[in-house]
Amino acid sequence: MTMMTHPGAEATSSWEGNIEELRNLVSDRALSGETLLLNMGPHHPSTHGVLRVLLELDGEEIVTCLPDVGYLHTGIEKNIESKTYEKGVTLTDRMDYLAPMSNNAVFSMAVEKLAGLDVPERAQVIRVICLELTRLNSHLVWLGTHALDLGAMSVFLYAFREREVILDMFEMLSGQRMMTSYIRPGGVWRDLTPEFLPALEDFLGYFPARVSDYESLLTNNPIFKDRTQGIGIVEPEDALAWGMSGPCLRGSGVNWDIRKAMPYSGYEQYDFDVPLGEHGDVYDRYLVRIEEMRQSVRILKQAIKRLESAGGGFRSDNRKFVPPPRAELGRSMEAVIHHFKLWTEGYTLPDEEVYVGIESPRGEIGCYLHGTGGNKPRRVRFKTPSFMHISSLGMVSQGHMIADLVAIIGSIDIVLGDSDR
Amino acid sequence: MGVVGSKLGNLGVVTTTLETAVNWGRTGAMWPLLFGLACCAIEMMSTQASDYDLSRFGMELNRASPRQSDLLIVAGRLTRKMAPVVRQLYDQMASPKYVISMGDCASCGGVYNNYAIVQGVDEIIPVDVYVAGCPPRPEQLIHGILTLHEKVKGERFADWLTEKA
Repeated sequence: MTMMTHPGAEATSSWEGNIEELRNLVSDRALSGETLLLNMGPHHPSTHGVLRVLLELDGEEIVTCLPDVGYLHTGIEKNIESKTYEKGVTLTDRMDYLAPMSNNAVFSMAVEKLAGLDVPERAQVIRVICLELTRLNSHLVWLGTHALDLGAMSVFLYAFREREVILDMFEMLSGQRMMTSYIRPGGVWRDLTPEFLPALEDFLGYFPARVSDYESLLTNNPIFKDRTQGIGIVEPEDALAWGMSGPCLRGSGVNWDIRKAMPYSGYEQYDFDVPLGEHGDVYDRYLVRIEEMRQSVRILKQAIKRLESAGGGFRSDNRKFVPPPRAELGRSMEAVIHHFKLWTEGYTLPDEEVYVGIESPRGEIGCYLHGTGGNKPRRVRFKTPSFMHISSLGMVSQGHMIADLVAIIGSIDIVLGDSDR
Repeated sequence: MGVVGSKLGNLGVVTTTLETAVNWGRTGAMWPLLFGLACCAIEMMSTQASDYDLSRFGMELNRASPRQSDLLIVAGRLTRKMAPVVRQLYDQMASPKYVISMGDCASCGGVYNNYAIVQGVDEIIPVDVYVAGCPPRPEQLIHGILTLHEKVKGERFADWLTEKA
């Protein structure tokens, strides 16, 4: 262990690396060794993946918190540049792996916007069903792990029990539990399978009671309240300044939900409330997400009703962008040509740029897409909520105890794949 | 080892070899390191949760410290930035230690043949069992674990003495 001495200081820091590199990142007290520099992660049970946080501690109090991302940087954006648009969807699944449908949707919608491609009403309703199920899926993992971090083991087991049912439904739709690639440019991959709707209705029948079960374990639990109330308070103006979105922003009382503010996929036709917090602390963000689960159930019930009247197919009939059904290939030469062109070369999109943002379970996920006039994009850039939320971690956790950092990381619900891509 | 009629209180005598007895013990309580990288880690959590219940195989106890764990499940894509950390975790584990490479990314780079991803975790640490899938279903992971158990049961006395690289 090498002790680095800051010139002109009596005490020495315990930091092993070159302390000069941290000069403007931590306080001067850390350079002299008065405060402790502590490394948390990237292997840590409560950082929800491979987040590394450099902490400057005064006793147990956090003076500075410096998040270090990039341990899961996968080069997904760069990889999509070398793929046709249809193939790009497959990679978007693997960014925010708790909400793959949201990623599919935002990328597909960007492609549709660039192509001027219309999506039939039935496909829009199926998308809403998928997006809301994804929200439940993601919130259940958040609830389980957040409670686990705070010492409540059983919530994790209950939440994952319900999540398995949702994953089974995803499997009915797409054949895959997690990496669905179900939402594609022009609609969805295939129509709802016959067993899907009965399974969904059954699930919606008992799920609200299960949410109440989770609440009975946590909402009035004195230990949980002690660990979460008054912890990690984010003022509304701070939340906006740091680019927070989704439940983190609404937990601070800012009424901003893209489903309401800039509706997409026909969200303006659904009747649902946007839950808001009052204090902006960890507990309020918990309440907001719990209520969002109930609202998602409301949306899903309306979507099932809409499905009966929604016209159009499950994907667009525009054969320049959407492959023909398999049955047509035996009868129509034109269908064979379209099929061949789409699966070998793909389609070309103009040399223009678009941006689409939707409300993922974590907040606003946006896709900036720049075409080339060819069959591959010039640049794809995702604006992801986790990255914004991690950057705010230092502001949120300042002055709190180190044990509260675990609660704060859980409450801002980060996914490192979403942040690092 | 044969099944003893312990329920009746009639404990018989079982003869076995030291190898069999030790290997049986090692497969019965193989504690994994609480460690996840990406998407596969979520499926690993599913495997440990209610429906698939990994504790049936003596693995419900994830240890957050590599010093106390026997099994490293590399669950997810391994980036070049993360690779030294995984190697250090492996080095910190006490022998006997085993590695399962879970998922396509950890096994061979998966869909990411690019600048950021290590093309298979076996470039930096020895792997005992590879589990295919993107991500593998919990059943597949359980199959991988049982395959590892079979491998451990076949270990000879000489294998214990030679430290794995």
